[in-house]
Amino acid sequence: MDLILFLIFATLAVVCAVSLVVQKQPIGSALSLVGVMGSLAVLYLLLGAEFIAAVQLIVYAGAIMVLFVFVIMLLNAREENPAGRSWPSRLLGIPLLTVFLGLVAYLMQRMAPSMGTVTFGSFNTGAKEIGRSLFNQYLLPFEVTSVLVLIAILGAIVLARKEID
Amino acid sequence: MPQLNAVPMSWYLILSAILFTLGVAGFLFRRNIITVFMSIELMLNAVNLSFVAFSHQLRQVDGQIFTFFVMVVAAAEAAVGLAIILTVFKNRRTLSIDEVSSLKN
Repeated sequence: MDLILFLIFATLAVVCAVSLVVQKQPIGSALSLVGVMGSLAVLYLLLGAEFIAAVQLIVYAGAIMVLFVFVIMLLNAREENPAGRSWPSRLLGIPLLTVFLGLVAYLMQRMAPSMGTVTFGSFNTGAKEIGRSLFNQYLLPFEVTSVLVLIAILGAIVLARKEID
Repeated sequence: MPQLNAVPMSWYLILSAILFTLGVAGFLFRRNIITVFMSIELMLNAVNLSFVAFSHQLRQVDGQIFTFFVMVVAAAEAAVGLAIILTVFKNRRTLSIDEVSSLKN
């Protein structure tokens, strides 16, 4: 059952990611990215990360993607111009990426016997464990992150101020 | 053939590698600045998946904490990045990254 769910949602994620890269319209790419994030949330659930799955849906698929869609509509983004690349980058891009992927997959397969398998329910972490770890061991990074978010809000306001008139 | 209720750990990591490669491909091949930005988000998501997978394998919560921090930083990055895109569009009336090349010369 786990395997079937994994295969369904892994396929969905890869199909949506390919669709993100090949779509002509930015809004199509944005919707594909929502598909990737949704299927990743299911995979997080399979891995027992309940809190992260919820945050993935709320923060990523909710907040960040709404921001993207909003900007796409605000700027009225249409189909892009065909790329005017030089011939080496055209010729080398896809083969080099394939080599990279093959190399990583090969290393993963070589490490595979020592890594074991994932069974649903063997390791569950809810908000309780995350919160306990966040406010004990990772308290300083957590506080620093809040300052970072504050700075990002101020930066975004300063950059986008007196915008579209 | 693995059992039906156990997924090999390496499959998660390979899926993460595939998503990361697709993100790099989008980053390199697309010309629209918003799509390039979305490809970066795809790469971040791919790395998050391997963080959570390793967290499950090591039976430790730390990987999920890292994922949490990556999400927070990605949210901050999206806010600032989209504000920069708005400013670029306001000044140049274009969304093509080929035409935004002041730093080249």
